[in-house]
Amino acid sequence: MLRRARYELAGRAAFPILTALEAWQHRLKRSRKQPGGGPFGPPLESVRRLKELMAHHYFQGRYADGAVPVAWVTSGFPVEVLRALGFHTVYPENHAALCGVQRLTPEYSDVAEAAGYSRDLCSYVRTDLGSVLSSKTPVGRLPRPQLLACCTNICQTVLYWYRELSRHLGVPLVLVDTPFVHGTASAHQLAYVKEQLEELCLVAGRVSGKPLDAERLVEVTRTAREGSRLWGECLAASRARPAPWTGIDGFFHIAPIVALRGTEACNGYYRLLRDELEDRVARGVGGLKEEKHRLLWDNLPVWFAVRRFSTLLAERGFNFVSTSYTDAWAEAGVGIDPDDPIGSAARTYTHVILNQDLPNRLDILRRLSRDYAVDGAILHSDRSCKPYSIGQVDLRERLAAELGIRVLLLEADHNDPRSWAAEPGENRLAAFMEGFE
Amino acid sequence: MKAPARGAVTGVAIGVDVGSTSCKAVLVDGAGRIVGRRLEPAHPRVEEQTGRLVAALVAEAGVEVPVGATGYGRKRVAAARVLTEITCHARGAHALHGGGGLLVDMGGQDTKVIAIGPAGDVTDFAMNDKCAAGTGRFLEVILARLQVPLDEVAGYAARAGAPVTVSSTCTVFAESEVISLVAEGRPAEGIVRGLHLALASRVAALARGRPGTGPVLLSGGVALNAAMVTALAEALGRPVRVLPEPQLVGALGAALSVLERIP
Repeated sequence: MLRRARYELAGRAAFPILTALEAWQHRLKRSRKQPGGGPFGPPLESVRRLKELMAHHYFQGRYADGAVPVAWVTSGFPVEVLRALGFHTVYPENHAALCGVQRLTPEYSDVAEAAGYSRDLCSYVRTDLGSVLSSKTPVGRLPRPQLLACCTNICQTVLYWYRELSRHLGVPLVLVDTPFVHGTASAHQLAYVKEQLEELCLVAGRVSGKPLDAERLVEVTRTAREGSRLWGECLAASRARPAPWTGIDGFFHIAPIVALRGTEACNGYYRLLRDELEDRVARGVGGLKEEKHRLLWDNLPVWFAVRRFSTLLAERGFNFVSTSYTDAWAEAGVGIDPDDPIGSAARTYTHVILNQDLPNRLDILRRLSRDYAVDGAILHSDRSCKPYSIGQVDLRERLAAELGIRVLLLEADHNDPRSWAAEPGENRLAAFMEGFE
Repeated sequence: MKAPARGAVTGVAIGVDVGSTSCKAVLVDGAGRIVGRRLEPAHPRVEEQTGRLVAALVAEAGVEVPVGATGYGRKRVAAARVLTEITCHARGAHALHGGGGLLVDMGGQDTKVIAIGPAGDVTDFAMNDKCAAGTGRFLEVILARLQVPLDEVAGYAARAGAPVTVSSTCTVFAESEVISLVAEGRPAEGIVRGLHLALASRVAALARGRPGTGPVLLSGGVALNAAMVTALAEALGRPVRVLPEPQLVGALGAALSVLERIP
């Protein structure tokens, strides 16, 4: 009871005081900055609210232990069930990305590697296991889970990752196994996933100490679908020329739809962001001061170098106006249906980009290239994400031949700077840009 | 040699190519021909070295001329125009060859396959990844281990019977593999030939998906190695044309690119 009150208080009282303090610091910093410098357009006003939202999520999480049930969840997991049961969810992938941006991966990975985990493993996995084994985190403290929830629709690695978490933390693991889809999923494949979701409702209900309320699940599903739709509207604003924000902004703004999907807080934020973006479009305000070339990005961001890339590109008038990564959360989520929460979740979560064959991925890239009128594409060949990177040589050739655009295959890693050769990599990026001039 | 198609070359210019192993500078005349040249091992003090080379070429020209820079050290050169070596090799090769085509540049630190359009523009390119396998450095390291002088490499490869397979693609591991092969009594000639075939097959893999019918153009220091030219032609299944003064192609491109900017 006391813990629950502390958890609620962390969200309602203590946190606003901290954010007010941060806002004051922000104003102070801005007043010291020279205006008009750099290649970027005016910063988004919503960014501050985003920081508050995510800081609030992690801050409240510190007090979740014993107050509410806690689950650690993969990004592609059908979270609506857990949300309806009142779980506080932690996304190790989102947390790992946060560590990646702060360049903490080498330090955490060293801990994981010393414990015997191979450096060939995904850098999210090494970041997370290193964080768990060393109890280090940039967010103060992560709440301990009562349940680990893993869905194989983004890769098979998550299964082994979560098994290891289960072993280290001594908590149960619930798995939703989604068969890989060639074309469209067959009826028996969907029935297989649906059965697992039904079992999930029971298991998660048992862990949370209360049965699943069907009404609440309908409500959460409606909220989650609305969140995906709103996120899609934010992304679609970049069809305008100039795009009102940069693709790199999009990488950071993805956090709520990943970590807070199915909550009103997530939707409220995206309404604010969408309105700001649409207003910028109406006023002709761009993410860059001068948008000369429009690019598509495929695969995860290179978190530790995201600002560096953004600046290198922006200095020469290049903007990512669309990314298959941010689009994935807009595409998939709108398929869930409050009238059939479980059946539609089975279908939706089975048909995410990484669980489908190469022709489907080519279709997505082709469609995004046309919808956003891009002049070129960068396919990030991510050492840490094999499912996303496999087939990119063929994708590159097909995109270049069919759409007549320039396509670059860029070798990097989403979280581990030790797998990124900055000089040759940036040289490649520069040569790619020179080709447009 | 045909005049470059990309812009009217109306004056003289200097091009500097600061590579990982050597530093090159050329002076070109109004027709885009190389009329002065300097080539030295690359020095860590890029500003000092390039300043000295440029001053020597300016003295040859008799007047101040604009400078274009390329290569890994390009940002440290006082130049009117700075471009990557990918763009500059394409410009240089286009001028020397008199048209577009597929260019392989084998340098000290990396190997590039560049598709050049009819106007001398880069239509596509691919490079070796982060590791040094497939580069001039790879050959340098292993040949030093075998104590084969660079000017005798072609003879070694030609004398070889069956090539000895070197399976490792990592320069460091390949070096230890070669030590084992030598210890097993395998002939140096066969190892040298095996190395060239391994390297050529890596380049051929980079050229995958970039078909063409004409000769493949070759630039970079490795192009001076006749054994490599033979191995490449074999791996690519196409004739290979070594561009004149292959080490200077990037510097030539840098000089030509600066002239494009002069009205």
